[in-house]
Amino acid sequence: MRQEQTIVTYPARRWLILTVFLAATSCLLWRAFDLQISNQDFLRDHGDARSLRTVSIPAHRGLITDRNGEPLAVSTPVESIWAIPRELLQSGRDLVALAAALEMSSSSLNDLLQSRMHREFVYLKRQTQPKLAREIEELKLPGVYMQHEYKRFYPSGEITSHLLGFTNVDDKGQEGLELAFDDWLQGSLGSKRVLKDLLGRVVADVESIQQVSPGKPLSLSIDRRIQYLAYRELKAAVTLHSARAGMLVMLDVNTGEVMAMVNQPSYNPNNRSGLTSDRFRNRAITDVFEPGSTLKPFTIAAALQSHLYDDTSQIETSPGYLKVNDHTIKDHKNYGSLNLTNILKKSSNVGASKIALSLGPELIWQIYSNIGFGQSTGSGFPGESSGLLNDYNNWSEVELATMSFGHGIAVTALQLAQAYSVLATGGVLRPISFQKVEEPVAGKQVLPLEVVKNINRMLETVVQEGGTGLKAAVNGYRVAGKTGTAHKAIAGGYAEDRYMSVFAGLAPVSNPQLVIVVAIDEPQEGEHYGGAVAGPVFSGVMQGALRILNIAPDDLPAIESKIVVANNENPSAKVLWQ
Amino acid sequence: MEERSLSQRLHLDIPLLFGLLLLCAVGLMVLYSAGGQDAALIYRQAMRMGLAMLLMFMIAQISPARLARLSLGVYLLGICLLALVLLTGEIGKGAQRWLNLGIIRFQPSELMKLALPMLLAWFFADNHLPPSLSRIFYATIIIVIPVLLIAKQPDLGTSILVAAAGFSILFVAGVSWKLITGFSLTAALSTPVLWYFMHDYQKQRVLTLLDPEKDPLGSGYHIIQSKIAIGSGGLYGKGWLNGTQSHLEFLPERSTDFIFAVFCEEFGLMGVLLLVCIYMFIIIRGLYISLNAQNTFGRLLGTGLTLTFFVYVFVNMGMVIGQLPVVGVPLPLISHGGTSMVTLMIAFGVLMAIHTHRRLLSD
Repeated sequence: MRQEQTIVTYPARRWLILTVFLAATSCLLWRAFDLQISNQDFLRDHGDARSLRTVSIPAHRGLITDRNGEPLAVSTPVESIWAIPRELLQSGRDLVALAAALEMSSSSLNDLLQSRMHREFVYLKRQTQPKLAREIEELKLPGVYMQHEYKRFYPSGEITSHLLGFTNVDDKGQEGLELAFDDWLQGSLGSKRVLKDLLGRVVADVESIQQVSPGKPLSLSIDRRIQYLAYRELKAAVTLHSARAGMLVMLDVNTGEVMAMVNQPSYNPNNRSGLTSDRFRNRAITDVFEPGSTLKPFTIAAALQSHLYDDTSQIETSPGYLKVNDHTIKDHKNYGSLNLTNILKKSSNVGASKIALSLGPELIWQIYSNIGFGQSTGSGFPGESSGLLNDYNNWSEVELATMSFGHGIAVTALQLAQAYSVLATGGVLRPISFQKVEEPVAGKQVLPLEVVKNINRMLETVVQEGGTGLKAAVNGYRVAGKTGTAHKAIAGGYAEDRYMSVFAGLAPVSNPQLVIVVAIDEPQEGEHYGGAVAGPVFSGVMQGALRILNIAPDDLPAIESKIVVANNENPSAKVLWQ
Repeated sequence: MEERSLSQRLHLDIPLLFGLLLLCAVGLMVLYSAGGQDAALIYRQAMRMGLAMLLMFMIAQISPARLARLSLGVYLLGICLLALVLLTGEIGKGAQRWLNLGIIRFQPSELMKLALPMLLAWFFADNHLPPSLSRIFYATIIIVIPVLLIAKQPDLGTSILVAAAGFSILFVAGVSWKLITGFSLTAALSTPVLWYFMHDYQKQRVLTLLDPEKDPLGSGYHIIQSKIAIGSGGLYGKGWLNGTQSHLEFLPERSTDFIFAVFCEEFGLMGVLLLVCIYMFIIIRGLYISLNAQNTFGRLLGTGLTLTFFVYVFVNMGMVIGQLPVVGVPLPLISHGGTSMVTLMIAFGVLMAIHTHRRLLSD
C-alpha cells in the first residue's frame, strides 16, 4: 500500500494566479468600457455608415392617354441588374447560373466582368422582368445588385410612335410628346434611408427623406380610334403607290385639337434597335414641302377680299400657259375662260397667277401670314418647323405668280391643316393643341366670314363631277377641299418626275367639324395627282372619323327620297323617321 | 461516519452545475440571435449540450485515482491520433484537424486538452514536490510534443490552449521562481525567432492587431467589424435580436468565434459584466475545488483544467474585443459547435469527480 501523501501547496502562487486572473478580467472590462461607452458614438456612426444607405425611389412616369382615356404610354416596373465586378469575381462563385439567367454564355459574362474589373458599376442587364430579377437575387451572389426602374410601354406601337416619341432607358423623354411634356410627365425622384446588409439587399426601411412625387398623367387630344384608322388608310396608300413617305393630320376645327397625326414609314417604339434617328421624325410637323395648288383657295380669298373680283368674274386662261418674264406657267390643258369657282375646280395655275399678279404681293402675303404660314402653330411639339414664307418686298413677279399656286413657299402638313381650319371656322385662326381641350378656345378672325363661305362653296365643286378631287368625296357629307400636286424642288429647280401629292379639306360643309390634310411624298406606282393619290385617303379617314364622332350627315338626298317613298307606302313609318 | 449528501453520492457539484447551466442558457439565447433565429440550429446545439452534460455526469462517476491510472494510456493514444491526423486527416478551412471515424468526425487535439494535464498531474503527483530539474525537463518534453503536433496542423488556438494547460500545471507543481523567470526571459528574447517560424497569415494577424485600419477590407475587416458591433452596443445594448451589425452579415463568424461581439452589441456593457461574472464564478469554483483537493493529482489536474478554461475564455474575448491577435478559439459553451463543448464538459466532469470522490478522514 502506498504511503499517505502530504499535499504541498504554494500560497504565493495561489495569489499570483488570482492576481493574473483579476488583471485579465479588468483589462477586458476596461476595453469593453472603452469601446461601449467612450467610443460608442463613434463606433455606432461607423456601424450606421456600413448599413444605412440613402436610396432614390424612381418616380412613376405619368400615363399618356388619348382623349377618351385609352392608354397610349404606360410605365411598368422593371428591374435592372448591375454588378461590382471586383466583388463578384473575387468571391470565386460559379457564374454559370447567373450567365444562364442573363442569357449569356459564361465566358462572355466573365469577359465582361474582367474587362471592367476596375469599375464600380457595370450593368449586367437593364430593364428586365421582375421575375428574372428575383431568380438572380435567389443566387445570393456577392457584388450583384438590383435597381428598380420603370420602363415605358406603348400599347399602340407604330400607330402613335411619331406623335408620342419615346423615353430613353433612364426614363427621360427623347422625342415627340414624351419630350415636349417631359417635366410634366416625369415627376420627381424620392429618397429614403434604408438598412442594407453586406450583400446590398435592403432589409428594412428606416425613414423617408423625400416623398416620391409621381409624374402627372397627360390626356391627349388624339382619338385612338381615328388615329388607328388614319394609320391604316395612310399606310395602305403609301404601300399602294410605293411612295417614299406619307403624312396625315386631322384637326378639330373648333378647338384646334389634333385628333390624329400619322406618318409613314413608322416604327415600333417598343423595340427601336437598329433604327436610325431619321425614322423617328414626325414629318407632319418637322418637314416642310411646297403645298402646290392646295393654296389656291387662299389666292381666291385674297381676290374676294380685295373686292376686285366676285362670283361673276371671268379670267381668261387661254392658251393654257402664261409667260412671266422668262418663265412659263402651265395649266394641265387650255381651259379657256374660267370663273373663280372653276379656277379652283380645274386647278388652273394660269388663272390663279393672273389674279395674284393683279392683286400685288402685299395682300397675298398678308393672307398667307394671317392663316399661319411662316410661323409656329403653337403646338409646342419638339422640332416643329415654322415653314418658309419670304418677305413680300423681295418677291419677283414670277415668285408672286407661283406663290398663288403654292410654289416658293414651304409649309408643314400641320400648318396646312391649320390654314384649312380657318376656312372651316368661318375665318377664325386657333392655336394648335396636342392636349385635350375642354373649354372653348378663343381665336382670331383672320378672314371675313362671307369670303370663307364663298370659298367653301367653290371648294365643294372640287370633289364633284368634273373636279380634280372627285375621289375625296364622302358619302352622305358635304366636303370642301382642294387637291395639290407639286413638283418637288431639287437643287437648281424642280424635278420632272417627283411629286408631293396632297389633299386638304374639311367636312361637313354645313357645320364644319374636321379638317384633314393628306400628303403623299413621291408616289411611284400608278397616278401621282393629289386627287388620285391623297384624295381616297382623305375620303376614307373623313368618312370613318365622322361616323366615329357621331357627326350628323348633311348630304342625304337619296335617304330623303326614301323617306318620301316610305311615307307613301306605310304611314306608320313616319313616326320612325321623324 | 459523516452522512454524504445527495449531490455527493451523485458526484455532482451543485454550484459548478448551476454556473454551467446558466452559461448554456445564455449561450442558446445568443446563438438564436446570431444564427438568424434558426430554431433547428438551436435544437441541435441544445442536443449537443445535453449529450455533453450526460458525458460530464458519467466522467464524474470515475474516481480520480482511476483517472490517474488511465492518464498515460490516454496521452499516448492522443499522440498517435495527432500523428495520424497529420498523415491522413481531413482538411477543413485550410487546416488538417479532423479524423473521420466513420460515424463521427473527431479532433484529436481536443482529446489532448484533457490528456496532457492528466498525464502531467499524474507524473508530478507520484513524487515529492517541488520537482527535480530532470522531472521538469521530461515534463517539458511531454508538453512540447503535442503542442508542436497541433501547431503543425495548423491550429494555433488549440496549441496555445494545450500549452497553457501544460505550463499551468508546471507552475502549480512548484517550478522554482528562478526557472520561471529564466523561461519567461528566454521566451521574450526568442520572440523574433518565433516570428521567423510563424506562417504568413499568423504574422498578418499580429500586425492586424496592432493596426487594424491598415487593411480595413482585408485582414483588418474581422476586427474592425467586431469593434463596431461591440461599440454600437453601448451601456445597455440594442436588445436581444436587435443587433444590426451582426444580423446584416457585416460581422463574420458571428455564430462561432465572434459570437461575443453579437452578445456585446445586443446586451451592452451590462451584459458583458454579467457574462464575465458567470465565467468568473465558474473559474473561482474550479480553483476552489482544486485547492481543496485531497491529493496532489487532484489539485494539479483541477488547477490545470480550470486555468485552461480561463485561457479559453480570455483568449476568445480578448480576440473579439481587439486585445489579442485573431486565433481560432471559440467562446466556451456559447459558440456554435460541439467538439469544444464535449471536451469542456468532460473537464468539468473531472473537476466534479475530484470534488466528490473524497476519502473520509474521520475514521
